[in-house]
Amino acid sequence: MSRLSIELDYPSVHPSSADQSFQASALENDSQLGSGAAALTRCDWKRARLMDRLMGLILGACASVSVLVTAAIVWILFREAFHFFEHVSLREFLTSTEWTPLFANPRYGIAPLALATAVTTFLALLVAIPMGLVIAIYLSEYSGRRSREILKPTLELLSAVPTVVFGYFALLFVTPLLQRVYPSLGGFNMLSAGLVMGIMLIPYVSSLAEEAMHSVPMLLREGAYAVGANKLTTAVRVVIPAALSGIGAACVLAVSRAIGETMIVAIAAGMQPKFTANPAEGAATLTAYIVEVCLGDTPHGSIGYQSLFAAGATLFVMNLGFNMIAHYLRRRFREEY
Amino acid sequence: MNDLKRMIARRRRIDAIFRVAGILCAAVGILTISALLGFLVYKGVSHLTWSFLTAYPSRFASKSGLLPALVGSLLVMIVTAVLAVPLGIAAAVFLDEYAPKNRLSSFIELNIANLAGVPSIIYGLMALGICVYGFGLGRSILTAGITLALLVLPIIITATREALRSIPQELREASFAQGATRWQTVWYHLLPSSLSGIATGVIIALSRAIGETAPLITIGALSFIAFLPKSPLSAQPPYLSFEWLSSPFTVMPIQIFNWVSRPQSAFHEIAAAAAIVLIILTLGLNAIAMVLRARVRARMQW
Repeated sequence: MSRLSIELDYPSVHPSSADQSFQASALENDSQLGSGAAALTRCDWKRARLMDRLMGLILGACASVSVLVTAAIVWILFREAFHFFEHVSLREFLTSTEWTPLFANPRYGIAPLALATAVTTFLALLVAIPMGLVIAIYLSEYSGRRSREILKPTLELLSAVPTVVFGYFALLFVTPLLQRVYPSLGGFNMLSAGLVMGIMLIPYVSSLAEEAMHSVPMLLREGAYAVGANKLTTAVRVVIPAALSGIGAACVLAVSRAIGETMIVAIAAGMQPKFTANPAEGAATLTAYIVEVCLGDTPHGSIGYQSLFAAGATLFVMNLGFNMIAHYLRRRFREEY
Repeated sequence: MNDLKRMIARRRRIDAIFRVAGILCAAVGILTISALLGFLVYKGVSHLTWSFLTAYPSRFASKSGLLPALVGSLLVMIVTAVLAVPLGIAAAVFLDEYAPKNRLSSFIELNIANLAGVPSIIYGLMALGICVYGFGLGRSILTAGITLALLVLPIIITATREALRSIPQELREASFAQGATRWQTVWYHLLPSSLSGIATGVIIALSRAIGETAPLITIGALSFIAFLPKSPLSAQPPYLSFEWLSSPFTVMPIQIFNWVSRPQSAFHEIAAAAAIVLIILTLGLNAIAMVLRARVRARMQW
């Protein structure tokens, strides 16, 4: 079914053998005009065919760069992580609650970094998903065309701001603001990093979810209106269930963004690994740890260098999982209508 | 009858409340962006002088300037664009116009979709392992350009594919009917017709690349640089020099990060000034892309 719909949308463009015979017969007509012209045309045509083949190979090589990049990422991450696990047992990595690879008495438990990543991600989602979905419902069901066309790009500006600037904003604007309410809040804390990250993620959720809801056929809504439902009931009972996989994909994509986000958490939540789930404290996430080590001078091949890749591989695996779920959900949502 | 009226009125009220909730949520987003811009201007605008843009960083905030970061960003962007634009367009043309719809091409597509979701810091780690240590390119402008080019490649590929798909099939068929090969069709018809769509994608990609910090920290961009890379133009033959490619560098986001991480508030203020410059560039590029996209949509009457 999916194959068919692809073919319908983008009919493939391959000059098949039928095209070639058509071109050949065109050439025969040429030869009746004069043998010189025909020779020239034939020569040109041969050159054009050769060029076509050549460009096909070159373009194919360019397209395969993406596969090479993926292979390079996987290879380098897991090679160095493998060296890391020659020194550190997997048991220590997974069960220890301390992460101090650069100390004299090093401990290698990934838990503090993973927990900080989970806390900041959770806080960000707590902001981004409800607000993003309410905005998506508003844009798709309530607002007029005009206000949608102004609101949507304006909100998307949020995702165009460089993350280092958001980090600055979180550290020097949001944290002092929160400290007025909670004076005990630390200078570095996961709360403000998570909140700002959540606001940054709003357009990711709202735009994708709105697209999914927008593609739900009008007929379904009209059916709901006809039996007396108001807009909210229609949205919640009809449109959202129909667009569920697209909305799910939007949310999962926000999760994968939040896990990989670096600068906001590195600046506003600090770079000290700490095993805590308290958002008022600062703690280094997986990404912030990588930044912290790279700022220092860690020699190539040392355990500190390898620990970068162990943290990176953990991040990559978590991220890949969520991306795969999002990809699967989006494919399903495309097939529905 | 009264019951029914009350029910209808209640539902209308719920609708109105939700409408307000939607507007409020959107307002939070817009307020945040306004607060951010206002805060930056409040902190930094007084430092935004000509001497700030043309001075080198210094131990003293009042004497510090953005020049090496500006030049570094420009040079890195040149390398990024030179690598990513041809590569991205070529890959998109291959996938849409050449590749048979088989397992291989859907594998490449899945790959690109996944690459688009890989965190940018992972690209930095890959570049650290492969470019810096594997190929021995060092912590140079070339390494930075390659890293960012690979990072934005999926954006350019996706935008180009969208532009190509919006061209109606009849154009291709007409070209084939004239005896043109696939490549001639691509070169003389499809690329010119999709040019503004591709340009939009390229601009978005560059605006993303210019604000990226994490992957460049990972490859070890220095944050204190008090010199400029060698000029690409020289007075003696051969007039062009590529020594700048292997030069150490800094870029604007890294300079901002460096200034933010210092304890003195004077440095926070010049960080705000640098952030204003960076934001003007990224939002400016985005605005150009938006205008271009609107014009493409208006003109598109296939």
